[in-house]
Amino acid sequence: MKTKARWTVVALPMIAVLLLAGSARLRAADQPAGAEVKIDNFSFGPQTITVPVGATVTWTNRDDIPHTVVSTDGVFKSKVRDTDEKFSYTFTKAGTYSYFCSIHPKMTGKVVVQ
Amino acid sequence: MADQKLGFIGEKLQNLNKDGIDRRGFLECMAWVGTGLVWTVSGGIPVSRAFAAGKDHTVMKGGELSFVQISDSHMGFNKPANPDVAATLQAAVDKINGLATAPEFMLHTGDISHLSKPEQFDNVDQILKGAKAKDAFFVPGEHDVLDDDGKSYRERYAKNSQGDGWYSFDKKGVHFIALVNVMNLKAGGLGTLGGEQLEWVKKDVKHLKSSTPIVVFAHIPLWSVYPEWGWGTQDSEQALSYLKKFGSVTVLNGHIHQIMQKVEGNVTFHSAMSTAFPQPAPGKADSPGPMKVPAEQLKSVLGISDVNYMQGQHSLAVVDSTLG
Repeated sequence: MKTKARWTVVALPMIAVLLLAGSARLRAADQPAGAEVKIDNFSFGPQTITVPVGATVTWTNRDDIPHTVVSTDGVFKSKVRDTDEKFSYTFTKAGTYSYFCSIHPKMTGKVVVQ
Repeated sequence: MADQKLGFIGEKLQNLNKDGIDRRGFLECMAWVGTGLVWTVSGGIPVSRAFAAGKDHTVMKGGELSFVQISDSHMGFNKPANPDVAATLQAAVDKINGLATAPEFMLHTGDISHLSKPEQFDNVDQILKGAKAKDAFFVPGEHDVLDDDGKSYRERYAKNSQGDGWYSFDKKGVHFIALVNVMNLKAGGLGTLGGEQLEWVKKDVKHLKSSTPIVVFAHIPLWSVYPEWGWGTQDSEQALSYLKKFGSVTVLNGHIHQIMQKVEGNVTFHSAMSTAFPQPAPGKADSPGPMKVPAEQLKSVLGISDVNYMQGQHSLAVVDSTLG
């Protein structure tokens, strides 16, 4: 009797974890992968990035000066991002999204969502 | 030593007078700036007067108006290019307090703070309180108008301003115009003054006599220094066109963290050093970011500008000096 109980104590949680892990993987597979843009040396890299609908793009400032990420069409606008700070935006609609740094407007980039 | 300098300069001036203003000649002259020579621009020709090192600044005696330009203090910046911008701003204040002719006021040409944070503005205010100059006038840099469209900047530094924070005032017959060219910047663009501000400039100077010396100060240069890096203002030509009638126009800017000068007719353009960190010369680096120099050299690439107006001269003398 005791042995049977011990077995369920160990096995049931393990099964639960495996089931959860499995379903988590399934959820992740439904989501498009995230994309990264690095901000450094007064530029966005890559300058043009192409992602699927529903993707989240994350900008990380690796420069030693603050920057912003601002859509030219008013779609998204980050607060000022200092070194190592990030900004993310999830693109739910297909299209081409031009953006720039509002502090250093010569810095421009593009997200193509398809 | 001073006599030798005068002889050398006299010769240079002869050559200039023969050639007229040419860029190389002017730049050669400008190399003397900051070594104790006062240059005034009279009728488009630079005229120098050497003044003795030390306290006896005989040229300055009888000077009617003396003020100082500081710029780009970037309070809150703490990266390797300068881990202690508060200390270098204090050094700038010490320099101001050591000037032979005490300046009547300070002009700060922007990027007061690094991230528009209240404690950063507070810190600058605290340090500037120690300056002998009684008053201070400001224009915002792009680092001062982050996240709130300049609201906190205006509340602190431009209470009696119009629009995004432009205003004008008079001191001893000199008319000062404070302009804002760091708002509503467009992708791929340069500094911008905008239609409303330009209209205001036009009206502001309409009834002034053409003999009134004009000083315009704004953060981003009002002339095309290096458009690739955004070092210029796309509609500054229009603003300057409203000042054509004046015999003496001095434009004081910041933003580029280095001294640059240009003379165009009656207009003298001058950009100041930063009190925080230097930036590379146009095109000499991949980007216009903070430029690291050996720690012992930092103070030699930061500085202030002493500006003097002598009545009857109708033009202003700008003397740049480093912090160390």
